[in-house]
Amino acid sequence: MKTPLQAMTKTGWITAAVLLLLGVVPPLLMWMGNEFYLLLSTRLVILAVAAVSLNLILGYGGMASFGHAAFIGIGAYAMGIPVYHEFYGGAEAIASTNGWFQIGLAVGASALFALITGAISLRTKGVYFIMITMAFAQMVFYLFQSLDEYGGDDGLVIEMRSELPWINLDDPLQMYFLAFGTLLVTMLLVHLIVNSRFGMVLRVAKGNDERVVTLGYNTYLYRLTAYVIAGVIAGFAGWMMANFSSFISPSMTGWTRSGDLMFMVILGGTATALGPVLGAAAFVLIEEALSSVTVYWNLPFGLMLIGVVLFARGGLLGMLHGRRGDK
Amino acid sequence: MSSLLQVRDLRKSFGGVAATDGVTLDIHKGELHAIIGPNGAGKTTLIAQLSGALRPDSGVILYNGANITRRPPHRRARLGITRSFQITSLVMEMSVLDNVALAVQARDGHSFRFIRAARKIAHLRERARETLREVGLETRADAPTAELSHGEHRQLEIAVALATGAEMMLLDEPMAGLGGTDSARMIDFLKRLKGTRTILLIEHDMDAVFALADRISVLVYGRIIATGSPDEIRGNADVRHAYLGEE
Repeated sequence: MKTPLQAMTKTGWITAAVLLLLGVVPPLLMWMGNEFYLLLSTRLVILAVAAVSLNLILGYGGMASFGHAAFIGIGAYAMGIPVYHEFYGGAEAIASTNGWFQIGLAVGASALFALITGAISLRTKGVYFIMITMAFAQMVFYLFQSLDEYGGDDGLVIEMRSELPWINLDDPLQMYFLAFGTLLVTMLLVHLIVNSRFGMVLRVAKGNDERVVTLGYNTYLYRLTAYVIAGVIAGFAGWMMANFSSFISPSMTGWTRSGDLMFMVILGGTATALGPVLGAAAFVLIEEALSSVTVYWNLPFGLMLIGVVLFARGGLLGMLHGRRGDK
Repeated sequence: MSSLLQVRDLRKSFGGVAATDGVTLDIHKGELHAIIGPNGAGKTTLIAQLSGALRPDSGVILYNGANITRRPPHRRARLGITRSFQITSLVMEMSVLDNVALAVQARDGHSFRFIRAARKIAHLRERARETLREVGLETRADAPTAELSHGEHRQLEIAVALATGAEMMLLDEPMAGLGGTDSARMIDFLKRLKGTRTILLIEHDMDAVFALADRISVLVYGRIIATGSPDEIRGNADVRHAYLGEE
């Protein structure tokens, strides 16, 4: 009988090591007086949560959504709008700084948006799916842009962070640990889902839809369910993002943001537990490093991404592992 | 004998080409019914309409007396019709047992279960193993599917169909690409399977068809030109002219 430690795969060890680093290093840097890196890490971890959720549908479900940032925007506006009304009046029904209320709104709105747009988008496949998810996300973008009361194109500064019991989001360390804890829970949840009966259907349907249908599964409903789960998680990430940056704007939902998330997943390694986290980390850190060197950082960054896609199939995790990531 | 599957005047055209041109067919409960015909006769198109992957332009398909012409494929599978594929469509990265377990899972209530690991659910694994035993692949249960030989892949393909618990199996060229020994093993296996399920067999291998089939229908240019016992088909002048005569 193997002990759990002996049974851990190489990928398992890498995952544990990376998560340990993420849990310890940023707070340590903060403690040494370097707040900047904690803030950078907070953004990294929040984006990692969104990337992990995208990986559920993109990596495991084969749904190349180019509109995942829409959920981040919805979650963020679900946090920002109630606070705005609490301070400036109007819309009494939703005016609130209560975190639970805002989370409920973020999750509910994301779920509804995912359900409606997913139900339509999942009727299509391949390039059409990419285009239609992008179109829905752009709809959200233009909607937010047209909301003059909430700053329109310029966005809106949020006057006050969400109020929650036991946790003060104005404290950068507490904010970080909320994001980090969410990442751990999300990773665990996705890990459970993809290995469950539901996950088996989802994963096999990715490559062999006709086969799975022939066995008696309505694969459409399985995909739609996964799409809603991923949307809800990304919506929650959006609520965190609004709290973290105290600012919301339509650009959070832009198609380039969706593209960023997609890159993170592909860069890190699709259909792996750790891949999206590595991808988000690499994305945020390289972006930071390059943009401090040159304003044209997009160019070398783009070339790097092309390099990874061409030469490191299986992404960063695949490179670390020496082969395609685990199943 | 009662008919399990009844097909009435089924038609399907692609552009101006009638791939299925008024097919009427009765598959009796428990029989092994083979459909033969030259390349391009519309055999695969017919199977796709029976499984639900393709929607016919007109005509009726009855299963157990119920009209299933417009039912989607997953609902037909739930009713007890499943198919195997001509081009192996197994999940190569997963184990042999995983492939069968997914089929077992399909008839074990709904699969909107998100937490427990599917590979740790004993009764699914056990029933999948039983099915593998039935087809003689139990020693390969834990091997990655990609490592199996082509012959084993064909067997596994049928094991997956069996594991759904289907009463009616549509087998699309199970002998495709098999060499002499493998082919003989498959015929043996189908002989054992025969009688336990209703089987519609589409096959090019004439030795297999005449060895296995209770009845044979001959499909030419989307039409059934003859249906009968192997002896009747051998003796049928039209069939000899249209099909067998060419050999």
